[in-house]
Order: sequence, then structure tokens, then C-alpha cells
Amino acid sequence: MDSADLTAAERLLEAEPSLKACIGCGGCTATCSAAEFVDFNVRRMHMAFVKGQQEGLRTQLNRCMLCGKCLLVCPRGVHTRSVIMAMRKELSPEEK
Amino acid sequence: MKKVAVIGAGPAGIEAASLLAAQGLEVALFEKESQPLHNLTDKAFLFPNFADARQVSERLLEKLHTPGIALLKDTPVVSLLAPTAGGSWQVNGQGFDAVLLTSGYTTFDARRKEELGYGIYPGIHTSLEMEQMLREGKIVNTIGDMPRRIAFLQCVGSRDEKVGNHYCSKLCCVTAVKQAIEVKKLIPQCEVYIFYMDLRMWGQHFEELYREAQTDYNIKFIRGRISEAGGTFDRRVQIKAEDTLMGRPMKLTVDLFVLMVGMEASQGTRSLAAQAGIAGEYGFAQACDPHTSDNCTAHDGLFVAGSCKRPMTLTDTLADARSAAWEVLRYLHSGLK
Repeated sequence: MDSADLTAAERLLEAEPSLKACIGCGGCTATCSAAEFVDFNVRRMHMAFVKGQQEGLRTQLNRCMLCGKCLLVCPRGVHTRSVIMAMRKELSPEEK
Repeated sequence: MKKVAVIGAGPAGIEAASLLAAQGLEVALFEKESQPLHNLTDKAFLFPNFADARQVSERLLEKLHTPGIALLKDTPVVSLLAPTAGGSWQVNGQGFDAVLLTSGYTTFDARRKEELGYGIYPGIHTSLEMEQMLREGKIVNTIGDMPRRIAFLQCVGSRDEKVGNHYCSKLCCVTAVKQAIEVKKLIPQCEVYIFYMDLRMWGQHFEELYREAQTDYNIKFIRGRISEAGGTFDRRVQIKAEDTLMGRPMKLTVDLFVLMVGMEASQGTRSLAAQAGIAGEYGFAQACDPHTSDNCTAHDGLFVAGSCKRPMTLTDTLADARSAAWEVLRYLHSGLK
């Protein structure tokens, strides 16, 4: 954590502040349609992102189909789908 | 003689009524049901020491014999009115010098979490229904056989903004551990899982019970919230969760799926707290101050105790009722009235 660069993480939390309320229950990952077929763990991804660990996330993020089921089950009201969109923007500046 | 109305003959109402009557007050104890203590008499054993709920109920019911208590069964309170200048509190049109609200809680209706399948698929039960099975000493799956695998899910209707309840119900964590142990005592070969977000073993002996569940009963704890449950072709239940400590989504097929339903304000609590102008968060009744004045309300002469304020264990409810009885006595003797 000492060497982590948290600037992108801070921008993400500013873009989607609801993410701060996450308690890591994994409900989003459990219900994920994409995770049925491919290696995709939405909880692990956004938790890694806010800790400044963003390597390899860009390819993984493209596996999300934006179905929004994760949004429906979150007990803390995190807007998981817009978290994904915001992470994509952070990791693919050309798409901004 | 001073007259006090106590609304709700649950543990808090009975405990407070018996103390007030023993101090020479005339107590009318209103109960909407035909019998008192219905939220206790539907339990089998109580955490954390597996006390027989029936024996505990009997000990409480004996207190109703205190001279000075009039138990009014089948008498829901429909009107609770604050005194007009110099008058008394009006409960169903009768005048009282003080009123103690002990109208309690109800359990969350699991059908509101449709994705968990309760009321849709067989084999999915609430923790209350599990308690009923434990009371009868008989646990069977949907085809009448002994279950080989059971999963409990914590926080159903609690800590869930989707149903509007941000709060923790406090006692489901330990209740699931207690029920899981009882299942293992009845069916030692049954695999038992408890799915949780956080395990809050805050009370005396709760943590020890958790440890015992692990070491003596091999109950398996998985940190993850189950987000979907569905029926299988052979009348079992398939659940989906993430094992968050392993970082992997998982599916598990079980014979019985138990939903640990949280506590909500009862209908009586909601309507009476609103009528009296002391409605707090989530429909619970609001006391003045959580630290120094937890039984008084915004109105002189109106007091609150027990789970009409928030989720509370039986132990805490009884202590709170004794504290409320003291506040009522202090008020009536203070010359305020």
C-alpha cells in the first residue's frame, strides 16, 4: 500500500461515490451473468482498483455485458454498473 | 391510586407491569392477541445457553400473578392520545397517569426478497419455521427424508437498503449458529453451512458458541451473501454466492435453505408510535436519548421499552423493561403530575 498510486482510485470514487459503501459481500459477483461463462469477478476488480492495483483489469472489464444484475442485488446500493463504466474510462483514456 | 397502561404483554410488558404493580400501582396490561408472549412461545431454545423457551415463558407468566395487574387479552390498543391540559393519557378512551409502550417487533416478510425464492420454491424456510421444526425435534426435506445438507443465510431483511432496512438486527448471527448446532445434534451427518457478510458475536458467550460450532460440530462458515436461490428438478434448492475469502463465485445445492429473517417494528409499534408522535427510524418508537434517557420520550408520561425501539435480545429487553419501570415510578413520584 505504501507504494500504491491512488490517484485513479480517488477519481473513481469521485465519479461514483456510492462505491465507498461497499462491504465486500460478493453479492454482485454471485449474481453476475458474465461470471457464469468467463473468469470475471466484479467485486475483486473494484476492490483491487480502489487499492491502486489496476494491472490486467482493462481486458477483464471488457467481459462485462452491462446487464446490471449486480446493481439489483447490492445491499449497500452501490451503482456497480456505473463503477464498471467509470473504471473502463479510467483505464481506456482514448474512449473518454 | 395511580394508574399505568402497559401496551403489549411480551417480555418487556410483563416484566415492567409486574414491577410497577409490586410498587402499588394499578396496571392495565393490554394485549392484542389471545395469549401473551407470542413472540417467545414460538421459540424452541434460546441462545446462547439453549434454555428451554417454554420454561422461560412460564417464569415470565408467573409474574402476571402479581396483585394489581389486569391483563386485557384480545384488546388491541387502537387509540393512544396525549393528555389535554391537566388531563390524563387516553388509551382506548380510558384515562391513565402514565403509559409504557412495549409493543415489540415482528419478523421481516421473506417474500419481499423474491430472488431468495421463499414462498416460490419448496425447501426454503424462514428461521422461525426452522425454530418450529426444532421445537418438534423433526427436520425433514421436501420429500420427507432427513436433509443431507442445509444452508443458512444471514441478513435477510437487515443491512439491506433494497428493502429500506439499513440497520443490523443484531441477534440473527447468533441465532443461526444456535440453530445450526441444534440441527447437528439432531442429524450429526448433515452438512451445515452458514453464509454471512460479517459475524457479529457481540454478546456474552456468543463468540464461544461460534467457536463451538466450528470445533465441536464442524459447521462451515462461508463469507458471502447469497444473491439468488432457485428450485431444482429434484425439489432441492440451488444457491448462488461468492465465497469472498476465496474470491470465487460458487453454486451449492442443498436440501433445506434457511433465511435468517431480521426484526422490524410491529404493526402496533408503527401505528402507536405514529399516533403518539414518537415515530423514529424504520417505524420503531423513538426514545429521548440513547445514553441517558432511553425509556423517556418527547412527551411527559409516555415511556418506551424493549424491541419497539430497535432489535433487542430477550436479555436486553428484560433489563430495559426494569429500567423503564424505574423511570415510570420516578415520574409518578416526582410531583410532575
